Amino acid sequence: MPVYLPDTTEEVLSLLAAHPNAMLLAGGTDVMVGINHQHGLRQETSIIALRNVSELSRYTIDDTASTISLGASVTWTALEEAPFVERVRCLAEAARTVGSRQIRNAGTIGGNIATASPAGDGVCALVALDAQLMLSSATGSRQIALTDFVTGPKRTSRADNEVITSVEVPIVKGWQSYAKIGVRNAMVISIAGVAVVLNTEHRSVSIALGSVGPVIIRATEAETALAQQIDWERCSISADDLDDGARLAATAASPITDHRSTAAYRKHAVQVLTKRLVQRGLRDLAERGPS
Amino acid sequence: MNDDRDFMLTVNGTTVEIRGAAPGASLLSVLREHLGLTGAKGACEEGECGSCSVLVDDSLVCSCLVLAASAVHAHVTTIEGLTQSRDVQAAFVECGAVQCGFCTPGLIVAATDFLAQTSDPDPDDIREALAGNLCRCTGYGRIIEAVVSVARERRGAAT
Ligand SMILES: Cc1cc2nc3c(=O)[nH]c(=O)nc-3n(C[C@H](O)[C@H](O)[C@H](O)COP(=O)(O)OP(=O)(O)OC[C@H]3O[C@@H](n4cnc5c(N)ncnc54)[C@H](O)[C@@H]3O)c2cc1C
Ligand code: FES
Ligand code: FES
Repeated sequence: MPVYLPDTTEEVLSLLAAHPNAMLLAGGTDVMVGINHQHGLRQETSIIALRNVSELSRYTIDDTASTISLGASVTWTALEEAPFVERVRCLAEAARTVGSRQIRNAGTIGGNIATASPAGDGVCALVALDAQLMLSSATGSRQIALTDFVTGPKRTSRADNEVITSVEVPIVKGWQSYAKIGVRNAMVISIAGVAVVLNTEHRSVSIALGSVGPVIIRATEAETALAQQIDWERCSISADDLDDGARLAATAASPITDHRSTAAYRKHAVQVLTKRLVQRGLRDLAERGPS
Repeated sequence: MNDDRDFMLTVNGTTVEIRGAAPGASLLSVLREHLGLTGAKGACEEGECGSCSVLVDDSLVCSCLVLAASAVHAHVTTIEGLTQSRDVQAAFVECGAVQCGFCTPGLIVAATDFLAQTSDPDPDDIREALAGNLCRCTGYGRIIEAVVSVARERRGAAT
């Protein structure tokens, strides 16, 4: 089994063109679990390890631009420590909930997206932020909304010869946060996760729900209802309207019962987390005053 | 290109040749089976227990989740080569933070890495930093105490 260690994205693309069945390896925190379970790899599988492709670990933020571009190999640890964390707070908060220090030092945002788990914490935050992906192959590049890229549980529209090069994350004026429920405070795959973005510029609300459906779900009805009911001047909402919005978010969830939790508990968790986050967001915005 | 069966690794400052590794072999299995470095332990082999913790290019990771053949350009440090962990090891012994000892090497690597970044951690910081290392014997209390005591000693020595 050959292991390729390219240094540049260009080299990755030509390797993928020549070996379309090759497996990409970033932090290995998903890939290696699978390999260890199967007690190794078949001799013919080739691996393209992205470890040395330093350009994929970069992020760029242009103060005039309204997006942050995160290289696919940016790790959770890098995200937690990045100078721009305040501007993509819900993603940084999601990063902090991932696994342990060992996992956050190795695991990457690109790996989380390509794995496309409905429990992916980074994916949930990025779906709420309306992130776009950049993919490249030897024949060209394309941009696609993250929500369109993920086509099902652990399924994406990535072609065999494509690599995710970056995630483009819009910088939103307002407030954002991510909350997750699990059985302990660390090292848990979420039972339910909720990302909320309150966009004070467009007076809109985004709510993404994790672990309560085959893919990360946007609670669009709750988003519209809450955006209408929030008093954006005073950053407040009536208790009834908030409850209604949170209930609508729970309606959007279509969870299953599995070894981690029950469907009923997951729906309940979505309602509680949505309410809590919107309440917290409006309170923080009101304290911050008009910007 | 690199064959994943025969390759070079740099471990604890020495570059060594690995021959005949299994396809897809993890760094953990190569350290233990080819190099005889048995400090890093294997239990879950899925990143949950942290007993296999090592530093790869000074970053704390689970060696069970590193494809050995992908680490050829990296510097691997295992508990055997982690000289700056002497006082952490002593504190674990003094505080009674070791029972069966299976988790100990991984915890010492993780604690040493954490203490290099933080000089005055409180117990909650320590619990969060060591959340990726499971211990089924001690109940963690004495491990936290040991880390607190190292931080205190090091601060004392620095002033
Ligand atoms: C103990 C443990 C705890 C975990 N906890 C969490 C958690 O709390 N929350 C969470 O969301 N996840 C968690 N995970 C899952 C995993 O850590 C994350 O999904 C991580 O972000 C994967 O990134 P990676 O770089 O390690 O991916 P890898 O394992 O290297 O790759 C994953 C997949 O992505 C593909 N890939 C990687 N990079 C690219 C690219 N640039 N372009 C195209 N495809 C690519 C690979 O081919 C593979 O299919 C956990 C895993 C473990 C082992
Ligand atoms: S053996 Fe690597 S984390 Fe358990
Ligand atoms: S001392 Fe036995 S597992 Fe920790």
